[in-house]
Amino acid sequence: MAQVHTQAAVIDHTAPGGEYEREPVPDRALLGFKSFVGQYAGEHTAGTELMIGPLFVAAGVSAFDLVAGLLIGNLLAVLSWTFVTAPIATRARLTLYYQLEKICGRQLVTLYNLANGVMFCFLAGSMVTVSATALGVWFGFPMPALNDLYPNSLGWVLAVLSIGALIAIVAAYGYEFVARVANLAAPWLVLVFLAFGFVGLREFMNATGADMRSAADFWHLAETAIWKGGEPLPGQVKFTIWHVLFFAWFCNMAMHIGMSDLTVFRYARRSWYGIASAAGMYLGHFLAWIAASILYALQLHQQPGNTSVLPGPLAYSAVGLTGVLCVIVAGWTTANPTIYRAGLAFQAIFPRSSRYRVTLATGMLAAVAGMFPAVAMRLLDFVALYGMILMPMGAVVFVDFWLLPRLGLRSYFAERAGIRFNWAAGLTWGVTLGVCTWLVLSGRTQIFFVSLPGWFIAALLYIALSLWYQRAHRPAR
Amino acid sequence: MLQLLSWAALAVTLALPVLYLAGGAPLDAVKTWLLAATVVWFVATPMWMGRR
Repeated sequence: MAQVHTQAAVIDHTAPGGEYEREPVPDRALLGFKSFVGQYAGEHTAGTELMIGPLFVAAGVSAFDLVAGLLIGNLLAVLSWTFVTAPIATRARLTLYYQLEKICGRQLVTLYNLANGVMFCFLAGSMVTVSATALGVWFGFPMPALNDLYPNSLGWVLAVLSIGALIAIVAAYGYEFVARVANLAAPWLVLVFLAFGFVGLREFMNATGADMRSAADFWHLAETAIWKGGEPLPGQVKFTIWHVLFFAWFCNMAMHIGMSDLTVFRYARRSWYGIASAAGMYLGHFLAWIAASILYALQLHQQPGNTSVLPGPLAYSAVGLTGVLCVIVAGWTTANPTIYRAGLAFQAIFPRSSRYRVTLATGMLAAVAGMFPAVAMRLLDFVALYGMILMPMGAVVFVDFWLLPRLGLRSYFAERAGIRFNWAAGLTWGVTLGVCTWLVLSGRTQIFFVSLPGWFIAALLYIALSLWYQRAHRPAR
Repeated sequence: MLQLLSWAALAVTLALPVLYLAGGAPLDAVKTWLLAATVVWFVATPMWMGRR
């Protein structure tokens, strides 16, 4: 899933002192279509894909629901990037943070940074968890089970802390080195993920005695042995086609509908470059998820009592040491920019602190979060929560850019009125989150679906509150 | 030459699992050759990638 941007892009364009942070990207700096294809293909084949695929199987998904849900959900994600994010990005050509500052004011953006930084920390923690499972293959310490919330062995704690500390130090001091490793590893990672699928499929054929001479044979095996549907594993939510579809659509909600990728697409010559996101969706969020889920289904077929979702041992059983390396590299190279970005978000709150110290502290926070398997083992829920928390600000940006001028209201109101906290945007965020949380906690809808009505609630609220707020705080002309 | 080596390593990384799926190679050999291809990719590619 992942969630974070390609390492080189982060360095060049969003780091402090980087390019065009507080001005529109000029024509001479625009990038071609291929840059975006490579970026999306690389960033969405991450360590967390090795958790998400198996969790679908644990959720009792059937073959048709999985394949159809992923095809449609990923298409909706690509369309969201193309028709929601990129058109604003290629017109305003600003980073999300600068655009939000113009709309919301400095203080509200600081709050947004805090929320973003905390979510990035937990996400990086789950990536550290994934990498630590690879160490378990070598050292053989007890690792967490599917429903574990807390660390279950000293070996696990030491492994996560060691890997987390290493990642934190590298994120602070050797970021560019890992960025180069990440770009170097990207094509290899995609192929190793495919290898998981091919090897897992053959092992399934060996284990079941199935013969596969046609697509129909594959489908029969898929329906009867790999993604059988039925009841989920204990403690898991049952996934239908709707769950898969909405999960695939919303797992990167913070990036498309939440508008984080304004920062990426402000470099695009044309808004249709948004379709480049299809490279990431259909390699990472289709093939990689399917491949990882095949490995986990094989584990359940061979050892029905072993429900642990441990990417390290899963990858090792399929392709040996190459698999273990894949888990370490995929977890490390994606945790690295996540920690870096979380550090940037926190540094914006404490601008006088050293970036190195903030990044180190952020990395250690992520390592502590990674010790608790609850985040990784509940990654489907966490990713949905992450999207829900950042989604209202995406609606604010969308309405502010397209609708407010048509309603006789002013875009970029905080900048024009010279205010530091735009209450129309702040209340929109808070009330939307309150309503969404109530909808989920009262059992009216599940967290996987709530962001869809949530976006419309946020959009309508922002219009209504702006009508009131802009009349009460007219800027001098 | 180095570029050729890198692409060959990627080709092996893709071809061997496909061969295994088709029943044309034992798993132990696939694992060994995948590791060899991985080493070749990570040694050869940094020597040309991003240097042009």
